[in-house]
Amino acid sequence: MPIKSYLVHPHDGKKEELLQELSTMASCEVVPAQNMEIIALVTETETKQEEEVLKARLESIKSLKLLALVSGFNTPQ
Amino acid sequence: MQTTLTDRRSFLKKMAMASAIAAAASMFPGIMFAAEQEKGIPKNANLDWKKGPCRFCGVGCGVLVGTENGKAVAVKGDPNSPVNKGLCCVKGYHSIMALYGKDRLTHPLVKKNGRYVKTSMDEALDLIASKMKETIAEHGKDAVSIYGSGQWTIPDGYAASKLFKGCIGTNNVEANARLCMASAVTGFLTSFGLDEPMGCYEDIDHADVFVLWGNNMAEMHPVLFSRLLDQRLKRGVKIIDFATRTTRTSTAADKSILFLPQTDLAVANAICYEIIKNGWVNNSFVEKHCSFSKGLTNMGYGLEDNYTFTDKPEKISFEDYKTFLEDYTPEKVSKLSGVSVRDIKYMASYYGDPNKKVMSLWCMGMNQHTRGTWINNLVYNIHLLTGKISQPGNSPFSLTGQPSACGTVREVGTLTHKLPHGVVMNKEHREFAAKIWGVPAENIPSKPTYHTVEMFRALDRGDIRFMWIQVTNPMVTMPKLKRYRDGAKKEGRFIVVSDVYPTPTTDIADVILPSAMWIEREGMYGNSERRTQYFEQMVDPPGEAISDTWQLIEVAKRLGYEKQFPYKEETHIEEIYTEYRKHHDNIKHNMAPLEVLKSQSGAIWPYVDGKSTKWRFNAKYDPACSNGEDFHFYGKPDGKAIIWQRPYEPAAEEPDNEYPYWLNTGRVVEHWHTGSMTRRIPVLHQAMPHAYVELHPDDAERMQIKTGDAVRLTTRRGEITLPASINERGVPAPMQVFVPFFDENILINDITLDSFCPISKEPDYKKCAVRVEKA
Repeated sequence: MPIKSYLVHPHDGKKEELLQELSTMASCEVVPAQNMEIIALVTETETKQEEEVLKARLESIKSLKLLALVSGFNTPQ
Repeated sequence: MQTTLTDRRSFLKKMAMASAIAAAASMFPGIMFAAEQEKGIPKNANLDWKKGPCRFCGVGCGVLVGTENGKAVAVKGDPNSPVNKGLCCVKGYHSIMALYGKDRLTHPLVKKNGRYVKTSMDEALDLIASKMKETIAEHGKDAVSIYGSGQWTIPDGYAASKLFKGCIGTNNVEANARLCMASAVTGFLTSFGLDEPMGCYEDIDHADVFVLWGNNMAEMHPVLFSRLLDQRLKRGVKIIDFATRTTRTSTAADKSILFLPQTDLAVANAICYEIIKNGWVNNSFVEKHCSFSKGLTNMGYGLEDNYTFTDKPEKISFEDYKTFLEDYTPEKVSKLSGVSVRDIKYMASYYGDPNKKVMSLWCMGMNQHTRGTWINNLVYNIHLLTGKISQPGNSPFSLTGQPSACGTVREVGTLTHKLPHGVVMNKEHREFAAKIWGVPAENIPSKPTYHTVEMFRALDRGDIRFMWIQVTNPMVTMPKLKRYRDGAKKEGRFIVVSDVYPTPTTDIADVILPSAMWIEREGMYGNSERRTQYFEQMVDPPGEAISDTWQLIEVAKRLGYEKQFPYKEETHIEEIYTEYRKHHDNIKHNMAPLEVLKSQSGAIWPYVDGKSTKWRFNAKYDPACSNGEDFHFYGKPDGKAIIWQRPYEPAAEEPDNEYPYWLNTGRVVEHWHTGSMTRRIPVLHQAMPHAYVELHPDDAERMQIKTGDAVRLTTRRGEITLPASINERGVPAPMQVFVPFFDENILINDITLDSFCPISKEPDYKKCAVRVEKA
């Protein structure tokens, strides 16, 4: 059951749009930086496969410029 | 079982988010995640929120601590604090976690036959008092000493000074702030006659240009740095990073200018040369408010035991000063410093532009310097020549590293030469302090004894036999550490250490006292901008831990000073603060009453007629100005600030064929100084788990060293091996290396040099010669 954290960089001027999109995704928890164009993101999925699908979905978001992995954890099923 | 799994997942999610935020804090200077503070608060929690200053660093951010069932469970930036306006850095945000490390010291420990034995607090305090009596009887008053901290609260430092200087009658009182801001103090005293910045953080909201002198603000003062970045967004201000190493601050600045170690002295003089040459001097300001002096040169570096130095100031004329500066043309200084002529002129032009308000900021880079007093003087020279001082936005500003380096060490005066008001060398000052303390004036010796380095040398020599160390970790922080560690372990020494966690310093203790930490007791801190802030006790300390103040009071009573320490346990902090205020009861330093500190986010002294004084020496803001002019530098008898003629002189130890690199040491954003608290906060430890040595990529390539490879550093003091870091957090200039000092398992200070500024006695941790090899 993977839990991963990322720093997400939006395209210029797209932070709010990206934040909205990430907020609606069930497996995502987001915290935007107050004073910079950066969003901290934690994902929680049931399986490794589900995690990979989610990551592909994240990378396809148009307002997202860069997804930088910070940490990854795994818990027993 | 399900609950346990859910808790674990919840914990891991929090850890994951905290890791992301910690990583962001280290990658993006000044980044803030205020929303996260609210999210971390338990849902439906009925929290009791109380205000206080953050316990880390000298910025003095206001925080709100949420408690529930006797435990601190949440912390957030205080939106009402004018310091941080609701923001927190990564350390502040995790600050309450430092209270709850698994290995908190909870009971006194006494070393018996080489093993620590748990004992009662009463028994431990009895032992300390009896050892002090015994030591004084056998070796004299100057054989006992106390070594405290800029993390001491104001009452802690006050009780220590009163006990040792007023009652016992020894000036063996020092604090670790000697290691971080003593040069700022002597800089202020020599230039202005009074300590601490004339301005305040509000200067940031007015300045057009910020020049950071060897000051990695993005990591060391992140909340203040975020205020600079905010002003750039709002007003397009310029940030110039003038440093020896490329850091997070450099990359966030508009301009990064690198200089060779120690040559900031020459560059500052070159800026003054340019100001004069280009007619940028504010002549009326200089004529009315400045005088010129020079002091002794070739002072040495304090490397020998019992080294002494006394400067002999001599008045000079403006013309003499101009002649002196002829040696500091940009062309000459460029060759020495590695700074281009263009960049020297670029900095000078901002200082010289009458339409630009300039703030100079510095911290350890200028203070931990064998000519620390001089470089402080030289930056003041720039501001004095241009008249850019004591006005909103025109501000030379020395930042401090600890929460109460100003409030306790500088204002209470917990240094060997100091009293709460004035110095021990002055008869009137001794009499004034003695009257308030209720002791004969003759009790206070008229001569200072040992500054910090010399105090540990005295312990090694055996001149000092008893040392009480509170809230600090000298067995990590002392330069040339091995000598002082070996000295402290010698037979016939008795060491008491008051702390909250085991450290390398508790390892040398004969008695370890568990201390109440931060909001586990009541107290006050004083930050970099002369702001005194109060915090109440919010939670109980663990086990038998008690505050450092109360430890001192209990020992004072056991030594027979009940009359001088009559305070009640329930009210002693208020009683001490009220007594302490008497020392500063004048228009130049009045401290705000306790009820004011309780009702708002602190107050800036001098607090006069119900108001903080934001800009000293400016008649518009400072009621102590009395000369009828716009400015009055009333710290000096003639009311004038001094422009000092101070030359460039080399460092105590410079690279040579045998030790060809410069070694520079410092801090990282994740850890509070020696890491004794922040390394017990999992997310911060995880973000920065161990020390490393930064190398320039060209040097690394030449030696075939990659990140993570073991590197051996050798100096004349010894050698140490640690992993390499290349193109990561910071990048040193070629032939220079940088090592952070937070890691007790990699004690970089074993190989640093104990040279110091002869005037301030502050060691230079930024410069010594080192050999670098792939291990």
